[in-house]
Amino acid sequence: MSDLMKVSSNPHIRSQSTTSSIMMTVILALLPAAGVGVYNFGPKALMLILITVFSTVLTEFLFGLLIKKQTVSDLSAVVTGLLLALNLPVGAPWWMAVLGGVFAILVVKCLFGGLGQNFMNPALAARCFLLISFPAIMTDFTCDAYSGATPLALLKAGEDVDIMNMVTGHTAGTIGETSMIALILGACILLVFGVIDLKVPGTYLVTFVIFLGICGGHGFNPAFISAHLAGGGLMLGAFFMATDYVTRPVTKRGQYVYGAILGVLTGIFRIFGPSAEGVSYAIILSNLLVPLIEKSTMPKAFGKGGERS
Amino acid sequence: MNKAGERLVNGLVKENPTFVLMLGMCPTLAVTTSAMNGLGMGLTTTVVLALSNVIISLLRGIIPDKVRIPAFIVIIASFVTMVELLLQAYIPALYDSLGIYIPLIVVNCIILGRAEAYASKNPVVPSFFDGLGMGLGFSFALTCIGALRELLGSGKVFDFQVMPDSFVPVGIFVLAPGAFFVLAALTALQNLIKIRSEKAGKDASKIQSGCSEDCMNCRDTGCSRRFYGEKEEMEIIDLRKEEDE
Repeated sequence: MSDLMKVSSNPHIRSQSTTSSIMMTVILALLPAAGVGVYNFGPKALMLILITVFSTVLTEFLFGLLIKKQTVSDLSAVVTGLLLALNLPVGAPWWMAVLGGVFAILVVKCLFGGLGQNFMNPALAARCFLLISFPAIMTDFTCDAYSGATPLALLKAGEDVDIMNMVTGHTAGTIGETSMIALILGACILLVFGVIDLKVPGTYLVTFVIFLGICGGHGFNPAFISAHLAGGGLMLGAFFMATDYVTRPVTKRGQYVYGAILGVLTGIFRIFGPSAEGVSYAIILSNLLVPLIEKSTMPKAFGKGGERS
Repeated sequence: MNKAGERLVNGLVKENPTFVLMLGMCPTLAVTTSAMNGLGMGLTTTVVLALSNVIISLLRGIIPDKVRIPAFIVIIASFVTMVELLLQAYIPALYDSLGIYIPLIVVNCIILGRAEAYASKNPVVPSFFDGLGMGLGFSFALTCIGALRELLGSGKVFDFQVMPDSFVPVGIFVLAPGAFFVLAALTALQNLIKIRSEKAGKDASKIQSGCSEDCMNCRDTGCSRRFYGEKEEMEIIDLRKEEDE
């Protein structure tokens, strides 16, 4: 009997998952979307993805040399690079990908203390940095295969869009956002492996649909709503970026609040904003609210806070 | 070093209002979209700062202690109005690009800070040079920030094309976030220099700490330099007398 007694200090519940295994799963889950992007937009998209990933990893490596603490092997830089690349239009020049990668890793992540300390999603912060800096290039989705406006811009202009094309990915847009099927497939991988759960994306999408129904001007018209769900970076943002462990609230109730804020903000930006897309701004803005959300939704410790009799 | 020179160096380097004291952030962040704007704002502030320091120093025996802040503001506001009208008359382009930030010089905390901390306690000549030094330090900082932002954000410095044609301007630098990036980078650089010089054995405690030589009100308990001897004797406030009034 005494052989069975094991004495150890806490934590007593252990898990096999490590940072790098989680990041590896995220990379795997992003591959379908990246694959469809490369298939749709040609080899230039592949080049852009490789350049972005290379620049983020190299930045992390060089910063690691500088502070004598190497963190490249946790693969988070690869995920950031991949997400950033999927958020770029295929026409983006190579130096823009490098600039975005360096900004994401150096300014947003490393300067604030590395993985776990970044106050907003590095890939999205870099996308917004590029979007503000080079609005002409970042919103020019013209390439060999597709020309003209994105489905969301068409929707905004009041024109009709082909939802089937949006679901399969045959539309103009950034490299990774066009194909809803590939993104849902990736999201399923994440859900099956337990990397994410549906709290944030579920609340996000439901709130967004409700907001759209009330304020979108078309009521709960299924064609309008599904076009908005399939269009733009909503799926990419909801499943891959809003669920980022570092920049979402840790509390359960906080995650619902966070998802609801995301949905409302995205709705406001898409419907009332000057630009057709609003997912990235909604996410980084909500990232900034996370400390407040956590503070107000922190569960009480057992035995604390009750009425004194 | 004589007093005037010491005040100039103090304002420009040791207590640079922007990089060391972190004062006057509103104009620093708002108007530095180009080197010219930064320089214009800096020099305008310098003029107001030097002149208001002189007048406040002259009147330091007359202004009652209890209403000193309103009195300072009246003096500063008079100079700002003069400078504003002069700018409008002679440099309308600068006047237009600085806009609301010229009248706002009245509430610039550098000016009020120098009036309160220095000019109201010191003779005229050092006060003038204190204002001049602080103003030039402010101008220098604003011009640096403005030049960097203009260079990155539009490829020019003082409206001269510097970058080659193939350079694509990074537009964010002439927008609000760019001001924060550039200010943070320059402050980090300044900290780096401070740490390096401390490691090399130089005393850099005055840089960054913004030492005002006022050890009575200083929270830096680890400071090795104490100025008890050099200061004029402290004013002893008699609490009972206050209560009687």
